[in-house]
Amino acid sequence: MADTGTPATGTPDTAPHTGPGTGALEAGFDATVAADRRIEPRDWMPEGYRRTLIRQIAQHAHSEIIGMQPEGNWILRAPSLRRKAILLAKVQDEAGHGMYLYAAAETLGVDREDLTERLIDSRQKYSSIFNYPALSYADIGVIGWLVDGAAICNQVPLCRCSYGPYARAMIRICKEESFHQRQGYELLLAMVKGTDAQRTMVQESVDRWWWPSLMMFGPPDGDSPNTRQSMAWGIKRHTNDELRQRFVDMSVPQAAALGVTLPDADLRWNAERGAHDYGEPDWAEFKAVVSGSGPANAQRVAHRRRAHENGAWVREAAQAWADKQAARAARKDAA
Amino acid sequence: MSPHAEEEDATNAYQSLSETTGHDDPRWAFGSGFEDVQAEIEAPVPDGVDAADLAEYCLMLGDDALVCSHRISEWVSNAPELEEEVALANTALDLLGQARVLLSRAGHVEGAGRDEDALAYLRSDAEFRNVGLAETGDDLDFGVAVARLLVFSTWRLALLSRLVGSRDPVVAAVAAKGVKELTYHRDWAARWTLRLGDGTDESHRRMQAGLEEVWPHVEELFRTSEVEHRLVTAGVATDPAETRGEVDAVLDQVFAAATLTRPDRPGRGTLGGRGGRQGSHTEALGLVLDRMQSLARAHPGASW
Repeated sequence: MADTGTPATGTPDTAPHTGPGTGALEAGFDATVAADRRIEPRDWMPEGYRRTLIRQIAQHAHSEIIGMQPEGNWILRAPSLRRKAILLAKVQDEAGHGMYLYAAAETLGVDREDLTERLIDSRQKYSSIFNYPALSYADIGVIGWLVDGAAICNQVPLCRCSYGPYARAMIRICKEESFHQRQGYELLLAMVKGTDAQRTMVQESVDRWWWPSLMMFGPPDGDSPNTRQSMAWGIKRHTNDELRQRFVDMSVPQAAALGVTLPDADLRWNAERGAHDYGEPDWAEFKAVVSGSGPANAQRVAHRRRAHENGAWVREAAQAWADKQAARAARKDAA
Repeated sequence: MSPHAEEEDATNAYQSLSETTGHDDPRWAFGSGFEDVQAEIEAPVPDGVDAADLAEYCLMLGDDALVCSHRISEWVSNAPELEEEVALANTALDLLGQARVLLSRAGHVEGAGRDEDALAYLRSDAEFRNVGLAETGDDLDFGVAVARLLVFSTWRLALLSRLVGSRDPVVAAVAAKGVKELTYHRDWAARWTLRLGDGTDESHRRMQAGLEEVWPHVEELFRTSEVEHRLVTAGVATDPAETRGEVDAVLDQVFAAATLTRPDRPGRGTLGGRGGRQGSHTEALGLVLDRMQSLARAHPGASW
């Protein structure tokens, strides 16, 4: 519970937008955020803050779940048993991350079943990166290195997000993501020390994933209307372009150590800025992928829908069984 | 948690990005619980035990785990609920861990320079020693998947709980760790058998159908191969025929609570007296191996 000095009034869902007392509540909220303290589920919060968080946390949860597909695609074919164990454990972690994140979203008054429906009806999005296919085993390494690396750059600041349950979920998630990133990079190190075919496979994979990874930070700052409000609310700590720059600067020496080339002719060190200059991602492609026409959007959502629908009878059975147990217990108590 | 502690965690997550990865212990993915896997795998063959028999026995136990793990892994991203996603992946991972140690032991004892990967990826289906139940597919029907795991885990738990005293240190170590794992797998499968059997009309029908589908593979579980006979005498193996009473009792108890009926179906026949333990498999195993081995076989000499 954040020490706002403001008594919580009413449940969050019924908290008034305006009216008597809102001014004081809002001042308390603003003071909590300004002092870098956490907002907790029972605290008053502006409706826009709640809606933004629900959207962001749900998208994040959906990304974990959809992200299981491109990697799950390779578990059965993993080329060594050690790599199979690593990949299986990673995909299991992603299911776990989805669970924590849906639980964090539920503290804001939504439920997981409803969020899942929104995902499979394409009413909510997930990270655009998972709309690209995983076509070789090098992709497993590159997804770990670049995609998880970009995710970590995005997510580490969320460990200090103003909303307590989200911030706490992110601490655990970031630790595991960082482990995944190292495993991905370690796979690539092993592959570049292998055969020519493996080195070619790694470079080909980097060529496909580099630009989509840069797009994971979202549109350029000038074209990101929600950033300012999210930063004011302490949900977001850095702009898209700041995070993208950090990712590029981090990746360049890692690419050099691997002996791969990042596919950007404009990429070079700028001594004046103390940072790398880099080319412009294809924002038209980004928009297309975000709006549903990327290489794998239809496949990803259809897969998730199929799994959900195939499981309906199982969930119904679990509910029916629980209801029967409760009824039996009630009869026993009555007797 | 104090803001300061959060700050430290955040900083650590960044720091670990730049840590080197070259010195990671390559054996970590065996999972925890094995103090020194390599030393155990290279332990001498116990006195009076035939090395070829021991290698064959490790393949039997290892292949059961590897192939069943593969079937369970097919559920990744397909489970009915996230909790089941985690449980199934966890089960597949446990079995894979058992398989890795057992195949490594088989390769070491055989002495022909084959490691776990050579054994997993470069054998043909006739060289696999798993029982038919492990290779049975489920076409992502949760009823069949639960039925298969219920029978498999009940039987394997009965085996492993008798193998903790095996004279082979690797078999004994896998059994000691595996008992804990299989207890969880059996518990998970039994709970789902109850929910499905005593849930809705549809789930009852589908759970019963799942049992009917796997039942022809049950009889083979209690058939004792010649290698097992010899290793029982040598104090290494347990006689699977002796687990029948325990397995039947557990299953009957679950069936009764779940309002299900024990299937009455004949066992799958042998081919010239040969079953899975002698390398005679169903058509399903070839397809499992095609998928499992395709990438490894496409890149001879590669390092992963």
